[in-house]
Amino acid sequence: MGIINRRTMLKAAGAAAALPLLGRAAFTADKVKIGFIFLGPIGDYGWTWAHNKGRLAVDEALGDKVETVYVENVPEDASAIPVIRDLAQQGCKLIFTTSYGYMDQTIEVAKEFPDVMFEHCTGFKRADNVSTYNSKFHEGRAVLGTISGKMSKSGTLGYLGSFKVPEVVLGVNSFCLSAQKQNPDAKVKLVMIDSWFDPPKEAAATETLINLGCDIVTTHTDSPAALQILEQKGLYGFGQGADMSSFAPKAHLTAIEDIWGPYYIERAQAIVDGTWKSKDTWDGFKEGTVAIAPYNEAIPEDVRKLADDVQAGYKDGSYDIFKGPIYDQDGNLKVKEGEVMTLDQLAVIDWFVKGVESAA
Amino acid sequence: MSLDFIIAAIITVVGLTTPILLAGLGELVVEKSGVLNLGVEGMMLMGAISGFGVTVMTFNPWIGILGAAAGGALSSMLFAVLVLQLNSNQVATGLALTIFGTGLSSLLGLSFVGRIVMPFGSIFPDFLARDPILKVIFGYSPIVYFALIMVPVVAWFLKSTRAGLILRAVGENDHSAHSIGYSVIGVRYAAIAFGGAMAGIGGAYFSMVITPMWAEKMTAGRGWIALALVVFAGWRTGRLLVGAYFFGILMALELYAKAAGFSFLPSQFWAAMPYLMTVVALAVISARKNAGGSAPACLGKPFLPST
Repeated sequence: MGIINRRTMLKAAGAAAALPLLGRAAFTADKVKIGFIFLGPIGDYGWTWAHNKGRLAVDEALGDKVETVYVENVPEDASAIPVIRDLAQQGCKLIFTTSYGYMDQTIEVAKEFPDVMFEHCTGFKRADNVSTYNSKFHEGRAVLGTISGKMSKSGTLGYLGSFKVPEVVLGVNSFCLSAQKQNPDAKVKLVMIDSWFDPPKEAAATETLINLGCDIVTTHTDSPAALQILEQKGLYGFGQGADMSSFAPKAHLTAIEDIWGPYYIERAQAIVDGTWKSKDTWDGFKEGTVAIAPYNEAIPEDVRKLADDVQAGYKDGSYDIFKGPIYDQDGNLKVKEGEVMTLDQLAVIDWFVKGVESAA
Repeated sequence: MSLDFIIAAIITVVGLTTPILLAGLGELVVEKSGVLNLGVEGMMLMGAISGFGVTVMTFNPWIGILGAAAGGALSSMLFAVLVLQLNSNQVATGLALTIFGTGLSSLLGLSFVGRIVMPFGSIFPDFLARDPILKVIFGYSPIVYFALIMVPVVAWFLKSTRAGLILRAVGENDHSAHSIGYSVIGVRYAAIAFGGAMAGIGGAYFSMVITPMWAEKMTAGRGWIALALVVFAGWRTGRLLVGAYFFGILMALELYAKAAGFSFLPSQFWAAMPYLMTVVALAVISARKNAGGSAPACLGKPFLPST
């Protein structure tokens, strides 16, 4: 951690002292610097928390070859550009920009620094020195939807969203379709709060959803605020990005955990080896990028079985929730019987399936 | 619309309103004394972490809330020393206080990440607080009642007490107040400390009541809404209460409109409403100069005694 800390100073001092003995060898031991741009605070317990765990995994695995630095709370607007540029100027050889909203800013800075490699999370714009990577969160949401469809008494499910970006739309649709598979009458009420991290607003939005009849609320924002409200009301919800059960031991049914570590280690290793190439990666349950946290004991045995089957189905490729017929909100047939939506189609999805109620 | 629905909606509105009402009341007193403190957001965060931290350590939310008030007040003293003693620019110093409070609260909060605290118990008998209908009156955290009680208290203080008169005199004409022997600096210190304490309690409402946890930046800009609220209220206590609930209703409307699927207005419109209304209110206030409620004459100006 950190740009300069005592340990790196000592190492630098040690290297300097050894210089006369080792000659050039001391220089070749230079660490490769890897930068991370984080959307929220690393203490958000959700999205940024999970990315930071991935960064720490790189430190652990390659700590003697690389040095990681990060900047947190970077806004998703033009002000991200100087922050990314600063990391490049500091000598980072690889920079991870970990939110959809940094897409254009990443591309722009990448043009200025052809020798620096960039990795943009959840975007779709690539270049020779810009890779993209994503996680199939929607596979995890299919598990949450399956549990919700089975466990909801009212059949009205809440979905606390952030922005209308493909990742969120995909999550909503996957959740809704999976719930309807268990309960054809299930409806999903959706609130987008126009923020990834705003605990007071997340809490108020959750209260609103509960008041409109939702008895299970799933969150696509980054704090455990919704879970705490659900805990107070004796209702259920799910953690986002990380296991949040410590905040709501009764309400927390399970969580989608984002496991970025292996990918980060692989890409950092590629930089160290000089084999890094631009590519697009979209992994899910199969590769271990998406994982499901331990189930709450409130989930009955038969529901666990269903949830496990969905996970197993994604792992062996036998299951896909985006299989026709799928209708949109207005009842138009979007995917014909027997057709399966391709990943390319899912990546740009901007319509909600039937049963989603929203103003977005 | 059932009664349950309306009651739940009212409870949401009260939750959204209470922190901005507390911070707004504090800032109103500060501005009445002639000082503009833009550091509300920073003080709220300092209150949020102080209240949370003290509660974790003492297992007592009542002591925790005192800690929140102290945390807010102490951070406001930094601002007070700079603007009152060293005559630094109030706008710049207030902004610096926001940045400082954000950073320091994150640092202090590091060891509290992942902890939770027990919320306040109800101060009313359980059968009243849990009754499906009566809870709309009795079912809140003690901080909500404190905020509501503070509205008439502040109004009475400013209007009917000698100390309140002196505070307003300091805000309207600091040189006159000084020449008849009142301590302008002393009054302003007290006002800033009060503002800090109230913002601190407002911030603690997030970390101790709504979501009993600590997360960096968890006030998410509510301090700026509190500042807008003071302007909207035209520096009057009664209007501040009305304005706070008006803003709270707008914030709840945004969420209900989205969840219920009303799409006749873009959601950003609802989110921008408190600020739009503040601009409208300002325009009305400045058009009707004699309607009262204009800004204190010395607002934002440093006090430099001529002798």
